[in-house]
Amino acid sequence: MILRKQTRVLVQGITGKQGSFWSGKMIACGTSVAGGVNPKRAGTEHLGVPVYASARAAMDAQAFDLALMFIPPAAAKNAALDAIEAGAKTLVVLTEHIPLQDVLFLHAAAKANGTRIIGPNTAGIVTPGEGFAGIMPADNPRIFQRGRVGVISRSGSLGTLVCLNLTRAAFGQSAFIGIGGDPIPGTSTREALEALDRDNNTDAVVIVGEIGGTMEEEAAGYAAGMKKPVVAFIAGRLAPPHKKMGHAGAIIAGNRGTYASKRSALEAAGVTVANMPREIAEAIRAGLAEQGPPRSEFSATPKDGSITQREEDRS
Amino acid sequence: MNLLEHAAKDLVLRKAAIPIPRGILCHTPAETAAAFQALGGGCVVKAQIPAGKRGDAGGIRFAETAARAAEIARAMFDEPVQEHRVDSVLIEEKVAIAKEYYVSVLADASARAPVVLFSEEGGSDIEELAASNPAAIRRAVVDLSRGVGEVEADALVGETPHAAALRPLLMKLFEAFRANDAELLEINPLAMLADGSAVALDCKFTLDAAAAYRQPELAKAAAPERMTALECSAREAGLTYIELEGNVALLANGAGLTMTTMDTVSTLGGQPANFQEIGGEAYTKAETALKVVLAKPGVRSLVVNFCGAFARTDVMAEGVVAAWETLKPDVPVFFSIHGTGDDKAIALVRERLGLEPFDVMEDAVHAAVEAAR
Repeated sequence: MILRKQTRVLVQGITGKQGSFWSGKMIACGTSVAGGVNPKRAGTEHLGVPVYASARAAMDAQAFDLALMFIPPAAAKNAALDAIEAGAKTLVVLTEHIPLQDVLFLHAAAKANGTRIIGPNTAGIVTPGEGFAGIMPADNPRIFQRGRVGVISRSGSLGTLVCLNLTRAAFGQSAFIGIGGDPIPGTSTREALEALDRDNNTDAVVIVGEIGGTMEEEAAGYAAGMKKPVVAFIAGRLAPPHKKMGHAGAIIAGNRGTYASKRSALEAAGVTVANMPREIAEAIRAGLAEQGPPRSEFSATPKDGSITQREEDRS
Repeated sequence: MNLLEHAAKDLVLRKAAIPIPRGILCHTPAETAAAFQALGGGCVVKAQIPAGKRGDAGGIRFAETAARAAEIARAMFDEPVQEHRVDSVLIEEKVAIAKEYYVSVLADASARAPVVLFSEEGGSDIEELAASNPAAIRRAVVDLSRGVGEVEADALVGETPHAAALRPLLMKLFEAFRANDAELLEINPLAMLADGSAVALDCKFTLDAAAAYRQPELAKAAAPERMTALECSAREAGLTYIELEGNVALLANGAGLTMTTMDTVSTLGGQPANFQEIGGEAYTKAETALKVVLAKPGVRSLVVNFCGAFARTDVMAEGVVAAWETLKPDVPVFFSIHGTGDDKAIALVRERLGLEPFDVMEDAVHAAVEAAR
């Protein structure tokens, strides 16, 4: 679930307004965009890559690893099934408001075919310096810089803010994994945490969670055994119960999904829970200092001079 | 989107051929008395409100005469039950219960699949039962390629004395969960009668809001949510607005960032006036959103916090500036703008409003909290 330079990406809905806009950015960031899908434009080229009738046709023509969907909710089930049956290893589902029964169907199909779903309702995945798949400002050097902190987020906007703060503090990111705001995500906080724990380019992890569900509690169980420092921020401390707070998955139902439950589970696991986003970078710094010298080479010096300038401006 | 009991029974269970008691929906005491006569004997009067535990709150009461049924109905229409005004009551025949069970189907995030829950402790609140006696709840994750057939149903209910009646009922319930785009379909209690047949005494059905477009009949029957006037007008404009008690108004994009802005207002000593997010496709609706946010009486300051990923901050800032120039509101506003389109957005706020966005989001929130004091 960490995007690499060699990860071959197929964009479903590449010729649409958003599909074109973001695919252009992905290509500019160095992502290996292998092609796109639009049944009506099959056989043509778009943004310099071939357009196929289906993910299956794309796979027959040339292998791809990851399918990325710019597809509206009512058409999402069939498009996802096409990618899964074509043999996509990873399927990034940006679409918000896919009906629950369709999401359940897709998870079953993905499981049967060995496809990892990231999302639904994710902003995608980013690996600074390698590429991205999704709708994140990966081309903005004030937000994304190559670094050694992994970020897991249920929210694109808040994830962006956290990445901005990490870049300002000269950490940058090893990988951003947007797991999305759907109530039934294909990749859980815990699974993303395990991936970043295994990743040799990651020295510390930030979990950006929110109220609703029990994913943060489940991730805490894994974090308790980790050597790498983990810092968390949980949005929705003030959320009233039984209200969907923007994301379908961000809802306190009965005694489940509360801020207090997540915070206490994470703290019991030794995770520092920040009260505000601005505290995250400092908590990472403290966690790394406590842990001693990192296993691998760690650079706290930003490569982009403009960021240093901005840091000086603020101090 | 919750359906009231009578609608859930009528539109979901009846269609699934799951037995329900004979019943009549009534809107006045006179209708209630007539319904009692039509049912011909002892009956139960049930307040139709979107809440559980109605029995404890006096929302489910038995009547042996038509006059008594009308009297109970009148009391329910006059006095709110669990803070809900009662517009209708369901009059149902009283059945002779041999045993009560609990059954439900819902989606489980960890399993990424539907789960069927079953318990012999029917009539209990399932969350309380899960806390006090978790062993009393049996749970089966459903493999969607198989669904719930005889084998799957038997694994849950095979050992109970009423297995023969329960098996087909579980199969029908699961089919109804799928076919009706349910988030939750629950029968509690499910009564077994002396003759071995099953009857659903209550039904809770939550329609998946994302599927409302393909379930128009169910969506139309859903109980209206309790919303303030401002929340209603925002909903009509396709916006997620939640009114809160405080005086620091906020506008942000994306669920996570908006919740964080709200929390930070509180962390820094203020009280948020609302939750208003314009993430996803709604980022083009900043102008309307701001008008809703500022319409709340008592707002003393506003924080605008944008962190653009998909949402373009320049488009959002354009909307905010347009609304500001139209409304000319008399409240101080504090901006923080980062992400997609930020250079253009910041320039716009500088030029048109003469304001300098804060570099750090918490500083903008702090300034708004101070201004509201």
